[in-house]
Amino acid sequence: MNSADLNVILPEVFLAVFAMLGLLFAVYTSKDKMGPTLVWATATIFVVLAGWIGWMGEGTRVAFNGMFIEDSFARFAKVAILLSAAAVLIMSEGYMKARGLLRFEYPMLIALAAVGMMMMVSAGDLMALYMGLELQSLSLYVVAALRRDSIKSTEAGLKYFVLGALSSGLLLYGASLVYGYAGTTLFSGIITTAQSGETSVGLLFGIVFLIAGLAFKVSAVPFHMWTPDVYEGSPTPVTAFFATAPKVAAMALFARLLHDAFGQAVGDWSQIVALLSVLSMFLGAIAAIGQTNIKRLMAFSSIAHMGYALMGLAAGTAFGVQAMLVYMAIYVTMNVGTFAFILMMSKDGAPVVEISSLNMYSRTNPGRALAMLVLLFSLAGVPPMLGFFGKLYVLRAAYEAGLAWLAIAGVIASVIGAFYYLRIVFYMYFGEEQSEPLDSGGGGTVLPVFLMASAIIMVVGIANMFGVEVAAQAAAGALVN
Amino acid sequence: MDTHLLSIITFLPAFAAVILAVFLRGEDEAAQRNAKWLAMITTTATFIISLFVLLEFDPNDTGFQFVSEGEWLLGLNYRMGVDGISILFVMLTTFMMPLVILASWGVTTRVKEYMIAFLVLETLMLGVFMALDLILFYLFFEAGLIPMFLIIGIWGGANRIYASFKFFLYTFLGSVLMLVAMVAMFVDAGTTCIGACDISLLNHTFASETFAIAGVTIVGGMQTLMFLAFFASFAVKMPMWPVHTWLPDAHVQAPTAGSVVLAAILLKMGGYGFLRFSLPMFPVGSEVLTPLVLWMSAIAIVYTSLVALVQEDMKKLIAYSSVAHMGFVTMGIFAANQQGIDGAIFQMISHGFISGALFLCVGVIYDRMHTREIDAYGGLVNRMPVYALIFMLFTMANVGLPGTSGFVGEFLTLMAIFQVNTWVAAVATTGVILSAAYALWLYRRVVMGDLIKESLKSITDMTSRERWTFAPLVVMTILLGVYPALVLDMIGPSVAALVENYEVALEAAGQALQSADASN
Repeated sequence: MNSADLNVILPEVFLAVFAMLGLLFAVYTSKDKMGPTLVWATATIFVVLAGWIGWMGEGTRVAFNGMFIEDSFARFAKVAILLSAAAVLIMSEGYMKARGLLRFEYPMLIALAAVGMMMMVSAGDLMALYMGLELQSLSLYVVAALRRDSIKSTEAGLKYFVLGALSSGLLLYGASLVYGYAGTTLFSGIITTAQSGETSVGLLFGIVFLIAGLAFKVSAVPFHMWTPDVYEGSPTPVTAFFATAPKVAAMALFARLLHDAFGQAVGDWSQIVALLSVLSMFLGAIAAIGQTNIKRLMAFSSIAHMGYALMGLAAGTAFGVQAMLVYMAIYVTMNVGTFAFILMMSKDGAPVVEISSLNMYSRTNPGRALAMLVLLFSLAGVPPMLGFFGKLYVLRAAYEAGLAWLAIAGVIASVIGAFYYLRIVFYMYFGEEQSEPLDSGGGGTVLPVFLMASAIIMVVGIANMFGVEVAAQAAAGALVN
Repeated sequence: MDTHLLSIITFLPAFAAVILAVFLRGEDEAAQRNAKWLAMITTTATFIISLFVLLEFDPNDTGFQFVSEGEWLLGLNYRMGVDGISILFVMLTTFMMPLVILASWGVTTRVKEYMIAFLVLETLMLGVFMALDLILFYLFFEAGLIPMFLIIGIWGGANRIYASFKFFLYTFLGSVLMLVAMVAMFVDAGTTCIGACDISLLNHTFASETFAIAGVTIVGGMQTLMFLAFFASFAVKMPMWPVHTWLPDAHVQAPTAGSVVLAAILLKMGGYGFLRFSLPMFPVGSEVLTPLVLWMSAIAIVYTSLVALVQEDMKKLIAYSSVAHMGFVTMGIFAANQQGIDGAIFQMISHGFISGALFLCVGVIYDRMHTREIDAYGGLVNRMPVYALIFMLFTMANVGLPGTSGFVGEFLTLMAIFQVNTWVAAVATTGVILSAAYALWLYRRVVMGDLIKESLKSITDMTSRERWTFAPLVVMTILLGVYPALVLDMIGPSVAALVENYEVALEAAGQALQSADASN
């Protein structure tokens, strides 16, 4: 280790030090009263770091003998992670303060999770991968159970922890198999082993277990079981967080592992990923139909969306990775807006999650209903919203890679999926008069701003995607060559 | 010719919609009036600007005119233009929209949102007919579902929820397959440009070698598959039998103006799509599946006419008659000769006026009696002479009486199909008789006879606003009926080029096809 290595991981070090100092500081001073300050400080630091990483970094730098890789792929993912995490933190401040949930640990845990996620997307080694993943996961288990006095929240945390531990076990088992057969944990070493001859059965088993472990983290079917319960049980801001940054991180890690370590065995893992993708798309679309709780519905929605992102990955090409990154960037933006809306759903100040309570919402809140309408159609992938372009990218990637059947399955699933998004529109716009409408207004200024901004991006973004396309192309180019 | 006229026409309504959404506040009478007037002025202005395009348009140039373009995402281009095939659809749209707004003057609930929905819809419909980029086309084509879904769902009748969901999901399912085919075309040709650029899809020949997938021999290969994917979308949109079932539901539940837009313009997107994509881009695929399409059309004409006979709901009857008339259109298109395609385009334009007017006719009495049951009426001529006259004109036009525009299209398509497939022509001709049966019978039951029903005793004739709504439609229906050259001169050269290219492409691929036929 030398100073050059430290230079590369400076943002991560900075964030980790900040998290620990914040923790210490809050414990010794005013504890929970520090909550709002820490939230804003953390969010500010996230944004600053995102700017730093996004604009300062260029080229590819490697630290610790290849265990940590800083390239444009990592930077793309880090910026997405940090910005979405900052957005969710800012959105959660008002909601959590009003309900006495704003403990000072919350922003610090999110900061630590962010460190973990940044590690994940930069991992160049199975050990580094695991460290990042666990740092992230452990922080997330705790925030899931943030509402200590609620049975559901505790259940969510516990369920997440137990199943997460199981998936970590799978992942570790896969990693050890890979180590056993490749003789190294470095991605660059694994890929040369794979290159030198036939992929051995042991290595193949290793890949399968690694993919299973990662599929759990992105909540791809059949490793999705935890998602609806955790989404439902966690406090809504935490759910919003689960639906955004960690998904980007896990998906980026997925791409990193598959391409950096197993880039020579595309044919072997492409089918597995395609299968995960098609199952996720259909299960997400079909299971969401019966949901009455909007958080559970969003859980299934995110499962389906992960299916589409995996479609890009299944292509196994540079364009596929680019499509996946674009898809994730759009997905995160949509989800930030949607959760801003869900955070605003309240009746007499108490949060409401029943979809049917949205009856007549467009009468009491026409502006917000319209923004949500845009987001819902975007989530459904109906043009001209940006969500459609995400789908278009992954479809093209899949088709180009010879996975036409996957593309057809994807579009059919998107029709089924459109139904439940339309159902929300139906409640908001077509619903009949009801006695107790949701609160009109409320939510402070922050939430409406995020909702509107996200809706406007969905419409205006189709002009040029704010440069995300170009950045994603560079990122994919750095990963796949 | 580099001009942004088309972009202005397209986005002017959307711009007005944004202004309405952002600046208009309140639900009081003044706000409602403002919303209506803004919509009226915008749609009229759009029509007037589009008239300039029509005047400047050179029918003898078979290429795209008024092309405007710009860079876009993913290597796509923003490119708009019109040729002889699309110009009249653009005109139809801009012509109908002010009438639609005028017909909705009586709307009282959520007027602002209503006008926004229609203005956005106009932008999207115009975009469909002008887009010269595959994905841009899809964008407009699909996005049109959103405002229509809301129009049916918010302002529709009692069973509107079912109808709106059925409408959306049915048409969405149809078009997503087209999206996959579009991606395939993009990958294959390396461009999404439809026309008016160096490498365009219209000049690209897609592979048509017969191959087999999973033991199924696919004559015409890729072209047939792509044709089928596009067919899934356009056939639903047309709609063709047997995928027409969403249309009666959507029509019955939609508000009057929604029905008018649906019948007059939205249905034409399917026919336009066939002419823009299926025939010129997949000639071999088209040729292989022509018998199927022709028989589907013939069945549509006879079957839906028979179904129309037994309807008790006026809107449903007209909806089924629309399906039958669209059968003539598909038949004409896939006859693939000059008369057939001329006739199909003519029929689409004329059907736009006629069916739009018929739905308006139903709207007039629905506004008064709040029922569409045929049995609830009778003897209206006694109290509504002007209405009876107008309704009669459009009933006759719907039947295809010579002298009205309905005749020309039907006659041309029948003549064309006779040269191609006599049996289909024979079956389809019975449709003309059946259409007379259901349309005249409807007219007799609603308008003729004595005014016996108590509830109808105080019904009033059309107001001047309603008369003004019908006036342009009456003029157009008769004008095109006695002087069809107005339309035919406009589209003639472009259609001739289309037919010629189609035949050349078939000739080129003929060898391969014949050998495939021999092996079967």
